[in-house]
Amino acid sequence: MRPLLYIFSALVLMSLAFWAYRENYATQSAQKDVSRLQSEIAYLREGLSQQRAEWAYLNRPSRLRDLAALNFDSLGLLPMQPGQFGRVDQVVFPLPPLDFSQMGPPIDTIGTLDTEVDPL
Amino acid sequence: MTRTPLRPLARILSAREKGENPDHIERENIRLRAEVTRASSQTRAEGRLLLLGLAFFAAFTVVGARMGLLAASEPMEPRTAATGQEISGRRADITDRNGRLMATNLSTHALYAHPKQMVDPARVARELAVLFPDMNASDLERRFTDGRSFLWLRKKLSPEQMQSVHDIGDPGLLFGPRDMRLYPNGKLAAHILGGASFGAEGVHSAEVIGVAGIERALDTRLRDPAQANTPLALSIDLTVQSTMTEVLEAGMVMMNAKGAAAVMMDVHTGEIIAMASLPDFDPNDRPSPLLKGDPADSPLFNRAVQGVYELGSTAKILTSAQAMELGLVNADTMVDANAPLRWGKHKIGEFEGKNYGPLLSVTDVIVKSSNVGTANLALKIGGDRQQAFFKTMGLFDPVPIELSEASTAAPLIPKRWADIVTITTSYGHGMSVSPMHLASAYAAIANNGIKLQPTLLRRDRAPEGRRVLSEANAKAAASMLRQVVTRGTASMGEVEGYEVGGKTGTADKVKATGGYDKGKNINTFAAMFPASDPQYVIVVTLDEASENTGPKPRRTAGWTTVPVTAEVIRRTAPLLGLRPKIDYAPVASAASATTPVE
Repeated sequence: MRPLLYIFSALVLMSLAFWAYRENYATQSAQKDVSRLQSEIAYLREGLSQQRAEWAYLNRPSRLRDLAALNFDSLGLLPMQPGQFGRVDQVVFPLPPLDFSQMGPPIDTIGTLDTEVDPL
Repeated sequence: MTRTPLRPLARILSAREKGENPDHIERENIRLRAEVTRASSQTRAEGRLLLLGLAFFAAFTVVGARMGLLAASEPMEPRTAATGQEISGRRADITDRNGRLMATNLSTHALYAHPKQMVDPARVARELAVLFPDMNASDLERRFTDGRSFLWLRKKLSPEQMQSVHDIGDPGLLFGPRDMRLYPNGKLAAHILGGASFGAEGVHSAEVIGVAGIERALDTRLRDPAQANTPLALSIDLTVQSTMTEVLEAGMVMMNAKGAAAVMMDVHTGEIIAMASLPDFDPNDRPSPLLKGDPADSPLFNRAVQGVYELGSTAKILTSAQAMELGLVNADTMVDANAPLRWGKHKIGEFEGKNYGPLLSVTDVIVKSSNVGTANLALKIGGDRQQAFFKTMGLFDPVPIELSEASTAAPLIPKRWADIVTITTSYGHGMSVSPMHLASAYAAIANNGIKLQPTLLRRDRAPEGRRVLSEANAKAAASMLRQVVTRGTASMGEVEGYEVGGKTGTADKVKATGGYDKGKNINTFAAMFPASDPQYVIVVTLDEASENTGPKPRRTAGWTTVPVTAEVIRRTAPLLGLRPKIDYAPVASAASATTPVE
């Protein structure tokens, strides 16, 4: 009975050692992966902040103002004026389309003046 | 173990035969037995002690080994903590109230040299001097060859410059990564942002620290790693700020002023929507402060906060509002305005020696800007109550806004508050405060009498304020200010649809040597709009302005600051989403325009 137990324990020990060995390498590769991903995130974030800075620089109010002035011929942009505020009832909304389906045939009407009535 | 009986029969019998006491045998046996027990328990105790000693030894060895390992090993970031926080642990961005970027970071490189590793110092010096015109070839060569082993060359490099330095190809030229603070809007809001520079510098990194403005005042918040990813949102509206600066700049040129400042504030929240001071500077390339002369002449000087000027007549509304609040008068009470007023050896007169008296209503005192009428109101109020009111209006303390310059710019207050001081301060002379103070006091009137703490940071809701005037009196004061524009000294301030109400102020500049400088004015216009339900307060100040289109230069605020302010309001109010109150021409509605014609 006892030798069987020894053999069994030795086998368990070996399989545990194998498992630990594999876990060790799996962890190391996961860590490498994480650090690669993190440096990629850092790189992308840096790029993102650079893009944002660039966007803000290109959209700075003084540049937009100069561009609006330069392209006045095509854009016709002017500073906003108080008079440009409107009311809803100033907006011309399109009328609903007329419904012609209910219209009957044209009617001929002949006008007859009552002769008794004085025209003026 | 065989147990020896205490009284072995054989020995007892033989002892009895020999006539010995058998009890001796028993005692001897008891002694032997006790000795054996003692010996075994001693061994056991010793064993236990040894075990305990071993355990302690092992524990201390582990702790010691760990400490040694930590002390000796290279520091390394924990890679498994996958928060990503430490990656962006740098200075937080600054945005305007709508999230538009005002300050951010950019990665660049610094250039340094290890002269001892240089192959050809003379050639490097020559080529660097070609790349950077501000460097001198012979000077550089001398520094490369004087035996030093390390030398900073440039704090920031553009990518193109970096490539050119790479192309020189000398192993003695090295690059260190740097985070650089960038202000994409250039000069816009320069005085608010302040600027940043490098603190402790190393080859691998450098601290970015704020040197002025909000960058310095909120340096701890901006550098806090926990908040590095949350941008700091200011109360500034970038579009309004830009428009206001543009109009102010044009106004400053047109009115031949040497400086200008403007502050616009939301009266319901105390937020500063725009604040400008001219001349300004580029925070990306902050000029060095003046070493001699008046610091106020430097573009770094923030006139809106640091510039303390005599309020001039803009203070009169405070006196009238207080007199009404104390129940001494109401808007229609007639007060003595007979000029000149004699007080001891002093004579108080009106503008250009006029006399608006003998009696004026309180409203007309403001509308006509009567010094004498205001002085008489102030005498009714008394010096103590006047001081207390100015204090509650915040005119005696530095403005508590988030700028590093604000805390150092204390108002100039007379030490002794004699009656003549009561008189002169009532119409804004003899006491100097900043345009920011004035804006904050006017905002209290505009906010129906509730004084709020001004701020440069975005507020999502109105903070708790302190009531300094009753609602009725605040409304009455606002109505007086409106009449100043409709029929008083600020008639050029009318902007159709926006019901501007405000008060002009013209004060002679105080000379550094004491006394007043005649002919050099500080012109101020403090206004609120729309006066019937004030939303915003604006204060515009022009330094030494004069309007020269007439036969002689006009230096009063009504001719210089007021038209500039009106233009600022005309341009910015629509941007703020304020609908003008204009009687619209009735437009033929769609329905009536398309009624079928018979």
